[in-house]
Amino acid sequence: MSALRDIAHARTGDKGDTCNISLIAFDARDYPRLVAHATPERVKTLFAGITNGDVTRYELPRLGALNFVITGALGGGVTRSLALDAHGKSLSALLLTMEIPDETDTQ
Amino acid sequence: MSTRAFRIGCGAGYSGDRIEPAIELVERGELDVIVFECLAERTIAIAQQARAADPAAGYDPRLDERVEAILPAARRRGVRIVTNMGAANPPAAAARVRDIARRLGIGGFTIAVVAGDDVRALVTGGGFTAAETGEALTADNVVSANAYLGADGICEALVNGADVVVTGRVADPSLFLAPIAVHHGWRLDDWTLAGRGTLVGHMLECAGQVTGGYFADPGLKDVADLARLGFPLAEVDADGSAVITKVAGSGGQVTAATCTEQLLYEIHDPAAYVTPDVAADFSAACITDLGGDRVRVDGAGGRGRPSTLKVSVGQFDGWIGEGQISYAGAGAAARGRLAGEIVVERLRLTGVPFSDLRCDLIGLNALHGPDAGRGVEPYEVRLRVAARTASAADGWRVAREVESLYTNGPAGGGGAFTSVRQVLAMRSTFVPRDRVSWRVDYESV
Repeated sequence: MSALRDIAHARTGDKGDTCNISLIAFDARDYPRLVAHATPERVKTLFAGITNGDVTRYELPRLGALNFVITGALGGGVTRSLALDAHGKSLSALLLTMEIPDETDTQ
Repeated sequence: MSTRAFRIGCGAGYSGDRIEPAIELVERGELDVIVFECLAERTIAIAQQARAADPAAGYDPRLDERVEAILPAARRRGVRIVTNMGAANPPAAAARVRDIARRLGIGGFTIAVVAGDDVRALVTGGGFTAAETGEALTADNVVSANAYLGADGICEALVNGADVVVTGRVADPSLFLAPIAVHHGWRLDDWTLAGRGTLVGHMLECAGQVTGGYFADPGLKDVADLARLGFPLAEVDADGSAVITKVAGSGGQVTAATCTEQLLYEIHDPAAYVTPDVAADFSAACITDLGGDRVRVDGAGGRGRPSTLKVSVGQFDGWIGEGQISYAGAGAAARGRLAGEIVVERLRLTGVPFSDLRCDLIGLNALHGPDAGRGVEPYEVRLRVAARTASAADGWRVAREVESLYTNGPAGGGGAFTSVRQVLAMRSTFVPRDRVSWRVDYESV
């Protein structure tokens, strides 16, 4: 197994109680692996300790990137959260820990 | 209509941002305009309180420092300034800029003030509710209410020759769209162009976040010279496509990777990034790395603009009492956990009322939830207890229960810290566009 961090980078943004996390392939050829393995369902499971809110995934093939929008992830909202990281800036690093199968040469 | 690429830079991505990269940008960026985006969501509510206490206050607290550093070079090189440093009091901010200019012996220019974003009287007049809570907005529960204005007021100011434009609450990308649109002679209801200009603004608005800030991950994503991170500028063509770059020799980097991270920063549906100016569509945007810290950004579009304006509403929402204390060495996490249990038990025994409480072990599970760090035995941890209380006094009772672990808690607790802060929660409501009227005032210096 490898982790998303081996093939992609990510950035978190915040709006109210919702965070978005981009997931961008270092090499555009790895974009299909992101689409296949970084599913909204797996992201929801990975973030279960943070929120049981909705996870929506947007696909941006021209950028080789996915964008995840996760509701309820910021402790009730950046301005009133009890969390140490009220903006959820560190959450991109959690996404990058997701394990994915090693690439197998099927060609 | 001009066909020359328009050069617009970003000199600050938030109120506390570094100052000298903006000087470098003005001195060496061959800019037409520099924008200072200094107004976070909550800042204006804090500023509104400052204005209530002193009618001459309520603008950005670092305005003096920034203007003194930038204005001489900007005027010498003919670089126009657009900024939301007016916060809750744009006229007072403009007066301050004028005073600073006079003191520095700088004259022969025009300051414009864009006002009209303060809609507290409107939204507390009945019929408006907070979108997040459904609670009716009243004069008793609203500290501040500021509508996000669009590019139009700034456009008017620039068309009329303003050299420094000071605003309050304006949507961040609009601060950039306005000067781009004026330079290239765009109509603001050309939605495709408005969408493209909005994308340029979005790329620039966080300053160093597109030039290698908020990006480095040693060994994987290395960035050179972050201590001298250069701030960005865009060369914007008449069709709205742009090259993002920075001053040669400054630190950081502009690459497809840094630009893609920023393109998606704080974006939800990439096909519908809604500002007061346009529902911008970034879903077909393209990023092309030209090498040499130059990245082309194009392909954005837009579809109409919303009939309502979003209003940022500040409301008091109780207090947060917090305490922290550290443990290290063998068994550190177990002692930290015990310490947290003691605090919770003490709050129960002494009857401290709170509505919500969090116990984190910094170094183990403070950032990614209670399951993070499972099975890890950290060398040191820092207990952090934070609770929401109705009063400052109860907040202090929470904080002091952590501090008193020094002599009453587990072995070896050190470095205790306490704080209590009032919560100013930001909520939103929406008002019909035609209920909000902006105006521009001018002063020659």
